[in-house]
Amino acid sequence: MINVKNLTKRYVNINAVDNISFNVEENETVGLLGPNGAGKTTTMRILTCFMPATAGSATVAGYDVFNDSLNVRQQIGYLPENVPLYLDMRVNEYLMFRAKLKNIPRRERKKRIDYCLDITGIKDVQNQITGTLSKGYRQRVGLADTLIHDPKILILDEPTIGLDPNQIMLIRQVIKDLGQKHTVLLSTHILPEVEMVCDRIMIIDKGKIVAMDTPANLMKQLKTGLNVVLEIKGDGEKIKNSLSGIDGVRSVTWKEKGDANEFYVEGSGEGDIREAVFKCIVKDNYILREMKRHTITLEEIFHQITTKETEEVSDDNA
Amino acid sequence: MRNVSTIYQREIKSYFYSPIAYVVISVFLIASGFFFAGNLQFWQEASLKGSLDSIQFFLLLLTPVITMKLFAEETKSGTIETLMTSPVTDFDVVFGKFLAALSLYIVMILPTWIFVLFLTIFGNPDFGPIFSSYIGLILMGGLFVSVGLLISSFTKNQVVAAVIGIVSLIILWVVGFLSTYGEGWFYETLRYAGTFDHWESFTKGIVDTRDVIYYLSFSTLLLFITVRNVESRKWR
Repeated sequence: MINVKNLTKRYVNINAVDNISFNVEENETVGLLGPNGAGKTTTMRILTCFMPATAGSATVAGYDVFNDSLNVRQQIGYLPENVPLYLDMRVNEYLMFRAKLKNIPRRERKKRIDYCLDITGIKDVQNQITGTLSKGYRQRVGLADTLIHDPKILILDEPTIGLDPNQIMLIRQVIKDLGQKHTVLLSTHILPEVEMVCDRIMIIDKGKIVAMDTPANLMKQLKTGLNVVLEIKGDGEKIKNSLSGIDGVRSVTWKEKGDANEFYVEGSGEGDIREAVFKCIVKDNYILREMKRHTITLEEIFHQITTKETEEVSDDNA
Repeated sequence: MRNVSTIYQREIKSYFYSPIAYVVISVFLIASGFFFAGNLQFWQEASLKGSLDSIQFFLLLLTPVITMKLFAEETKSGTIETLMTSPVTDFDVVFGKFLAALSLYIVMILPTWIFVLFLTIFGNPDFGPIFSSYIGLILMGGLFVSVGLLISSFTKNQVVAAVIGIVSLIILWVVGFLSTYGEGWFYETLRYAGTFDHWESFTKGIVDTRDVIYYLSFSTLLLFITVRNVESRKWR
């Protein structure tokens, strides 16, 4: 549904988006992830025809964003960051205005507005002036607006930013449901969010795509095996030495924790090391108080990938 | 054309949701009431000649206040992004906003017909120059609104848009007077470019196609530049 080829957007002296290419398939939900200023918003603005690229091409639903921009805009629902609304209009009046602009036939407008009010849960504020609404409600009005013409593609720029935890859950659920029937491209820097709603993740840093895969594959890519956290009573150094001797253990670190020691055992990736670890502890008669798996989170992947990049860059400079 | 009407309706509503429309219209009507009374007392004749000249100058100061928000507000609040990513052309947006501001301008000057009513009750005015003056006022309004709209599309600060708009209109007004300082094509061009000379023939009861064309073509040119300027975010 979205095809991006060698897209570059150059500002006066920096490349906000630097030669990126990617595809988003139909009914796929892709999360665009990256630190502030990575180029997420710029990419979205190009895809929504708000600004053109300096080089490269992009097609959305088969239409070119530069030459066929009106058709593209008819196919997408775009929720910009900070959700700009006309603050002097009532909610249903605003949605009516947007419905007209988006060419919804007269007879269907009322029905579409009701449907969108319903799905975003803002029916009870439909007669309020948008300027009096809280951030969370404004966000939902914005979301209702992006859905109003039943677009094939949704482009959402940080849809859950600034919401309270309950609202975040609600919006995520809405996006997840929409993802069944729509192609969704959303940007965020909240990792559990992408983990929860996205089929694929695209990590972007300094205008470049540094990783793009499913959440599961991204974790595999980093070649970390099963890691375990242990709490053992006994002499720390000795325990460390015997744990290090186990097959399949890559490294062991430890620190004191109360009257016991906490160990972090990193597996090399092949097989489950938990049984061997247990046997080793029992053999030496140490007391095991806790053993738990530690799965690497997206936070860590994200951190590793984005900092690895900067290290490489600084290596190049040196 | 349907998009033009959608945008037009929103802009009109927005004028009357905010205090702008009420403030501008009240200030204008109070001021023109004073001008009318003053001129009537001074000239002692049943015509609008002097009053409309003063009113015309006052419109120069007030029209930029009507147009200042048109683009500046959208740029500042970011709604320009949702607006321009909807399936509408830049022309739809510019023309819809232009018509809305022009309508408010016309609504503002319409109540001054009460002066004409007074004149007919207490005297015997010549209707020719009055009608032609109002045609002139509306054509001039089109030009003033286009100037304000263009300036609003350059800035995100409404106050800046209003001040520069007023200054531009004053320059446009006085530039014609400079033509009295010399002769030749240069001064002739200045005379033609200034609004005052064209306005004056309307007040005399003359609807000259040259003046009509001046206003229409000048407004069209400015609207065209505005569309280009709105578009320019795409190649800047």
